Amino acid sequence: MRITCPICGARDRREFYYQGAAVALDRPLPEAGAQAWDDYLHNRDNPAGPTRELWQHEAGCGAWLVVARDTATHEMLGAELAMTAREGA
Amino acid sequence: MIELKEQTPCAGLVPLVIGSVTLDEVAAGRMTAIAPHAGRRKALATAFRAAHGIAWPGPGRATGRAGCRALWFDHAHVMLMGPAPDPGLAEVAALVDQSDAWAVVRLDGDDAADVLARLTPLDLRKEHFKRGHSARSELAHMPASITRIGARAYQVMVFRAMAGTMMHEMRVAMQGVAARAAG
Repeated sequence: MRITCPICGARDRREFYYQGAAVALDRPLPEAGAQAWDDYLHNRDNPAGPTRELWQHEAGCGAWLVVARDTATHEMLGAELAMTAREGA
Repeated sequence: MIELKEQTPCAGLVPLVIGSVTLDEVAAGRMTAIAPHAGRRKALATAFRAAHGIAWPGPGRATGRAGCRALWFDHAHVMLMGPAPDPGLAEVAALVDQSDAWAVVRLDGDDAADVLARLTPLDLRKEHFKRGHSARSELAHMPASITRIGARAYQVMVFRAMAGTMMHEMRVAMQGVAARAAG
């Protein structure tokens, strides 16, 4: 499995660290309420199909990436830098 | 007071000559990690070239030569190897002395790329990883910096504490490649 880092190009999966669903980019406001914070912290979808996740190119450039991946086919759909990614895109 | 003797990271472990490949230590000199302040990357690149006479390396590249080399080191850092950094750079960048923190070796020989290919997932084919290309990756699961510094020569760096492990992994890979070449 290879992930195309926007900085380094196509690299082996073992250089990357997996964090989880890309919800950290949608952090609720402090006063958003218990339900919003419960969803943010604990509740995750388990989609069969395209999903957005946070990965870090840990052994490479160190950048955090938003990686789009199809959980049904294992196809890598693309990656962008988390620092410039549009929230909830 | 006790007189302490300076010892390089790979002292007693190099040189290693197996088959067509030679592994030897590089005297890297001063090593300084340089990170531009927010929004000052262009100013730093200009100041860096004026101060040290070599270009600020872009992603995946190295500039300069032995004695004064700059490696792209990650999305936010460049590593200057050799000279002490110009103090003026501190106006636009954070400078962190990392001298003695890295074990730096040079792998040289016709089969050097084959030896490295056993240890790192990098695509080392010559049309993909040319002279002047530099990458951060893994070397036998150790965080490493790998730079092509010649047609058949690579500079490899791991943390100093991993010098012995790197030597072991390099030796096994060099023996494997040499045995395969001997048929």
